[in-house]
Amino acid sequence: MIGAITVLLIYQLIGESLVVALGLPVPGPVVGMLLLFLTLLLRGGASPDLRDTAQGILQHLSLLFVPAGVGVMLHAGRVASEWLPILVALLLSTVATILVTALTMNLALSRVGKGASRDDE
Amino acid sequence: MTSSLEDIWVYLAATPLLGLTLTLVAYQIAYWLYVRVEMHPLLNPVLVAVALLVTGLTVTDTRYQTYFDGAQFVHFLLGPATVALAVPLYAQFGKLRRLLLPLVAGLLAGATTAVGSAVVVGWLLGASRQTLLSLAPKSITTPVAMGIAEKLGGLPSLTAVLVVSTGVLGAVVAKGILDAVRISADSVRGFAIGVAAHGIGTARAFQISEEAGAFAGLGMGLNALATALLFPAVYHAFGFGG
Repeated sequence: MIGAITVLLIYQLIGESLVVALGLPVPGPVVGMLLLFLTLLLRGGASPDLRDTAQGILQHLSLLFVPAGVGVMLHAGRVASEWLPILVALLLSTVATILVTALTMNLALSRVGKGASRDDE
Repeated sequence: MTSSLEDIWVYLAATPLLGLTLTLVAYQIAYWLYVRVEMHPLLNPVLVAVALLVTGLTVTDTRYQTYFDGAQFVHFLLGPATVALAVPLYAQFGKLRRLLLPLVAGLLAGATTAVGSAVVVGWLLGASRQTLLSLAPKSITTPVAMGIAEKLGGLPSLTAVLVVSTGVLGAVVAKGILDAVRISADSVRGFAIGVAAHGIGTARAFQISEEAGAFAGLGMGLNALATALLFPAVYHAFGFGG
């Protein structure tokens, strides 16, 4: 587990360094993820240790958003005065994004030919 | 007795231990509840844990910064967790390669809708400029969204809250919406949830299936990439940067 965590941190560190060095507009962890993905492709797989650790972290991904969410305390005033536009914008936009993404992907799938959706069921 | 209790409180409030422990305890309670209601999306564990913590901090008159001194250790793990998404992604690589074109099409449509619809609706309903700029990157994962908001003149900490709210909303409504339009492929369901509702949506998608989770992770990563690349460029091209 410690080995796997070390690997994850090293890739994040490389990602963050590349972002700063090259002035990329993309966040470091995303670059780290792409690099680890490429490494797994080249190596032909993840070690059982890495697989278990990744699964362990991702199983409780929601936990990691809690501290940022509590930050709502800092914006109680703004949220109170602009709650309607904020709430309606979030709700409509989230619904629209899910629909548009799913329907576009589905349309493209049927255009591509064989509905790859079938082998999911 | 009272004064020694007070001493303990003063001591604990000054160490990161309290904020960290409270975050984990609140999450454990929220998760326990979530399992008890058979994972009903309305009792999303992030929502319940945040509500518990905000109540607790308000009642004890504790500042957010004091809490975050401890909670930052949890917050930090967002980075390694993002990197870890490469692992389930790799496991779906075969599928991913076959679906490349539909994925890119879905991503571009979804990323545009996420930013555009939020800003337009907020603007129509009279949200302030700073709120709109904080709202624009709400569908992408917290650290990236905060970076974009900061660059454009929004409020990063407000963006963090809007990102988490979007994630919770997405996790709550996704299943109903996708069922209503009869989309059953786990790859499409997961990808749409990830594009719209980042990591909280991804956590929800992993409950649907490993495959939905992997595609949600992909959607989250790609949307972070697409929004980080496209949105600032569009913003400046239209001269809003003024």
